[in-house]
Amino acid sequence: MNGWDLILVLLAAGGVAWLAERFNVNAPRWISLVVLIVATFLVAGMWLGGADASGLYDQVEMAWIPRFGISVLLYMDGLSLMLVGLTVLLGVVAVVASWSEIKERHGFFQANLLWTLAGVVGVFTAMDLFLFFVFWEVMLVPMYFLIAIWGHENRGYAAMKFFLFTQVSGLLLLLAILTLVYVHYMGSGVITFSYRDLLGTQMDGTLAFYLMLGFFVAFVVKLPGVPLHTWLPDAHTQAPTAGSVILAGILLKTGAYGLIRFVVPLFPEAALEFRWPAMLLGAISVVYGGYMAYSQSDFKRLVAYSSISHMGFVLLGVFAWNMLALQGAVVQMIAHGFSSAALFMLAGALQQRLHTREMGEMGGLWQRAPRMGVVALFFVVASLGMPGLGTFVGEFLVLLGAFQVDIVLTAVAAIGIIVAAVYSLSLMQRSFQGGVSPNTEGISDFGARELSVMVLMALALVALGVYPAPVLELSEPVVTGLGVNP
Amino acid sequence: MDLLWLIPTLPLVGFLILLVTEGRLPNMAVAVVGAGSVGLSALVALIAGIEFLEQGSAPFSQVLWQWMNVGGFTPNITLYLDGLSLVMTGVITGVGFLIHVYATGYMWEEGGYSRFFSYMNLFVFAMLMLVLGDNLLVLYLGWEGVGLCSYLLIGFFHDDPENGYAARKAFVVTRVGDTAMALGLFLLFRELGTLEIQSILTGANSVWAEGSMLCTAIALLLLGGAVGKSAQIPLQTWLPDAMAGPTPVSALIHAATMVTAGVYLIARMHDLFLLSPAAQLAVAIVGVATLFISSFTALVQTDIKRILAFSTMSQIGYMFMALGVGAWSAAIFHLMTHAFFKALLFLAAGSVILALHHEQNIFKMGGLWRKLPVPFWSMVIGSAALAALPLTSGFYSKDAILLTAWDSATGGVWFWTLAAVAAFMTTLYSARLIFVVFFGDMQKEPHDPSKINMWGVLVVLSVLSIAGGWFGLVPVGSVLPDGGLEAEHTGSIVWITAAVPIMGLLVGYLVFGRGLIDLDKLSDRSWARSLSRFWFGGWGFDTFYEAVLVKPFVSIANANKSDIVDAFYRGVVTTAQVLHRLSTRSQTGSLRWYAANMGAGLLVVLILVIIA
Repeated sequence: MNGWDLILVLLAAGGVAWLAERFNVNAPRWISLVVLIVATFLVAGMWLGGADASGLYDQVEMAWIPRFGISVLLYMDGLSLMLVGLTVLLGVVAVVASWSEIKERHGFFQANLLWTLAGVVGVFTAMDLFLFFVFWEVMLVPMYFLIAIWGHENRGYAAMKFFLFTQVSGLLLLLAILTLVYVHYMGSGVITFSYRDLLGTQMDGTLAFYLMLGFFVAFVVKLPGVPLHTWLPDAHTQAPTAGSVILAGILLKTGAYGLIRFVVPLFPEAALEFRWPAMLLGAISVVYGGYMAYSQSDFKRLVAYSSISHMGFVLLGVFAWNMLALQGAVVQMIAHGFSSAALFMLAGALQQRLHTREMGEMGGLWQRAPRMGVVALFFVVASLGMPGLGTFVGEFLVLLGAFQVDIVLTAVAAIGIIVAAVYSLSLMQRSFQGGVSPNTEGISDFGARELSVMVLMALALVALGVYPAPVLELSEPVVTGLGVNP
Repeated sequence: MDLLWLIPTLPLVGFLILLVTEGRLPNMAVAVVGAGSVGLSALVALIAGIEFLEQGSAPFSQVLWQWMNVGGFTPNITLYLDGLSLVMTGVITGVGFLIHVYATGYMWEEGGYSRFFSYMNLFVFAMLMLVLGDNLLVLYLGWEGVGLCSYLLIGFFHDDPENGYAARKAFVVTRVGDTAMALGLFLLFRELGTLEIQSILTGANSVWAEGSMLCTAIALLLLGGAVGKSAQIPLQTWLPDAMAGPTPVSALIHAATMVTAGVYLIARMHDLFLLSPAAQLAVAIVGVATLFISSFTALVQTDIKRILAFSTMSQIGYMFMALGVGAWSAAIFHLMTHAFFKALLFLAAGSVILALHHEQNIFKMGGLWRKLPVPFWSMVIGSAALAALPLTSGFYSKDAILLTAWDSATGGVWFWTLAAVAAFMTTLYSARLIFVVFFGDMQKEPHDPSKINMWGVLVVLSVLSIAGGWFGLVPVGSVLPDGGLEAEHTGSIVWITAAVPIMGLLVGYLVFGRGLIDLDKLSDRSWARSLSRFWFGGWGFDTFYEAVLVKPFVSIANANKSDIVDAFYRGVVTTAQVLHRLSTRSQTGSLRWYAANMGAGLLVVLILVIIA
């Protein structure tokens, strides 16, 4: 089993799940579940197997279009491995979260889910920029369908907005990639899309700056950072639960991954020049995202805006570009993967039970469903950065590292910690505490299926919070290799 | 002493047991787990403490594991026992255990019995991590953890939105301070490359000269965290509202332990404050301002728990002043005696409140002393210690603070005078509390639900409130710069200081006991009424914050609910749609229109060609 096989298996499983619906309505989701659980164990096995001398857990090299220097290059280093692991694990969560939510076209739903995940795995492992771009597009289209077909009341608008934002920025990415390859060709006489060959390409400073900007915009749309974030609240709110889980838990990380893997290493001087504006956007995202979260009355929209706030820390940390901040950003990616997935799953569970996302119609849910209350409390507390949980390690390290670079911006971002307390506790108050709302009569609490997934994610956050060494050790050689400042 | 790790672990285990059983345990089992875990922890702490003192008070540390290792930042999870953390551990587990036992009776009839004790155990765990951590990051873990538990317990009865509001206010206001403190940690790490407390204390002395700007900045940022947690000006406004929590919570968190964390932090980081006289002076000024203002506020409150809340702020103000004038050991001494007598006062108040079916207004009480003898005598003893009447524990600790303030070079006579006025006021409001609640006409027939687990605790705490200060048992001499409570004070000031509370008692008796001044007539005067209203509202801080911070925050949030940034993208869409509509309009299908357009276009091209 290697990265390529994993992608093929996910693609094939999607096709099988689609066809299987003809024989049994329940077959597609069981196929998804089993395939993803097996994939999780296989990725874990790769991790336990250890890396080779060059720090790779797996590598695939195949010619594809030799004439243009395009090949299938899939490298799995520590960073890729942990993100692929997160992808398949949250894939399991997504399937469980939508277990009983989807009422029609089960097969096609699971197919889109698996295909999105296949695209994401490709994005996290591709070391050929052309291939990377292909996967970048592959993960979008099925995601578009997930929102457009199985979404909520305003799904058409949301899906189109999501698609346009990512397509336009994807176009910038493509232009930047092609120009980079061309510049490299002019300098060396070799056409290549290989990431490793393109590293260190000599070019004019202004050009490098614009190319960097092209990559930057594409990835910051995905992250998303203010002011390119407005597709996210709509897409999240309208997506089915599995879609939100994947979107927040995994897809946003592709933006963060791109910043770490491509933007700074490919254009180190330009990125350094752009450090202050980028960190400023990060700090603004932290505070503005949190503030917008507070102003929402829709449970899911609130969580969506909180994602912007949390991912702002990643942007801040990446451009601080020192060991502390970058490792913090990595931990933050993983921690946010779990905490946001859990909160979206909770939002989905509430909507399925109450048929509303408006917090004004909730209230006092703790009395009706105490297990949900405890789970909500846990993830709300994780979201506000409680020490002992993964989010704290991520945010603290980012701020600690960013502080060495820019005190003022770090102080601005630190205000985000206060805002996080305001919106997180307000979420808890409006949905689970206060007087019992009559709408909540007779709702069922979490059963074993939902609870087990939630406990799994909670334990992951605790582990990351008190002993983040496994994650830090996976990414440390990678970020060192990327030329991070000490 | 190798069992040090058990001290915080036992309450954590208690919490976990109560969590996974999901409230299915019977009350009796919950009580055993909840109070028992803290009791065992207290026992271990006692053994460790005896061993520690026998071995000549040498600091002992126990590395549990390395928390993380990133780019030279390698905080360990390490427990550190020295005289200071021993006193704190003793207070937390000892007084904490007594309050847990009391709560097993107090909360018996309430719903959520198991949830209550799970939060309480989690709190004790976090508080122990705060004082035992040898690294500021571990301290910060405890610091945030106790804040969380405080939030959960203030809002324990969460069906009432007002409790929820009070809980969130407490968390958010303290978080403002916490954020300042976090920035202080970042700055410390940047300058010294470590967050280990002992390395910081030695490093600071070798890196900075006295009066260094950097050191002052760091000390002030830490002070920001301390004023938030300890409810000192300007972040004090959350504490009175925090009284929404059940009374044992107020006793444990908002009197005996958590609110003194700021005092602990400053005492722990004392070298930074010694290096920065400006920051140390700021500590003293914060303390003096708080103790003065809140002692007046306490005098006009009508809710028994709010009186005690303002009294707590005031007493912590004394501790801050003590730290500020260099009476380090006296501050910790007062922290300890205050934990005894304030816990006693809160629990006695709790018994009165319970006996009157959750009545908290002191003017609806009255004449209770015969019916509720144990709470009455507890209240008398606790108030005597609070007022620092001679021979009580509070006398020894507060006296040491006032006399050091007098002798200090920075504040001297000013600090002493303000603190002495506040000490007078303290006796006055204590006298008012006792006379109004326990004497006069009975307004409501109390039912006395007291069980042995409740009044037994009151008796133990009463003994501690009196005798807890006799021996000056605070082994902090080897930790703190003033070397313990050795300082001798002489001169007439000693007698004057001791006489202040007695004068207060006398005036209090005449005013509230004998009705020498007609208070109803006084409150008819407009100046008296507005003064009293000003004091009652806590000197306008809440109103100010409400107008300047909360209202704008909320109204801008409401106005921007649909995200102004998205307006730009919506604008792009609208423009595209308008252009689209305009260009569709040109498609009329009429041949004549097309021909005319073609002709016009041709003409334009021709003209352009000719001109060129």
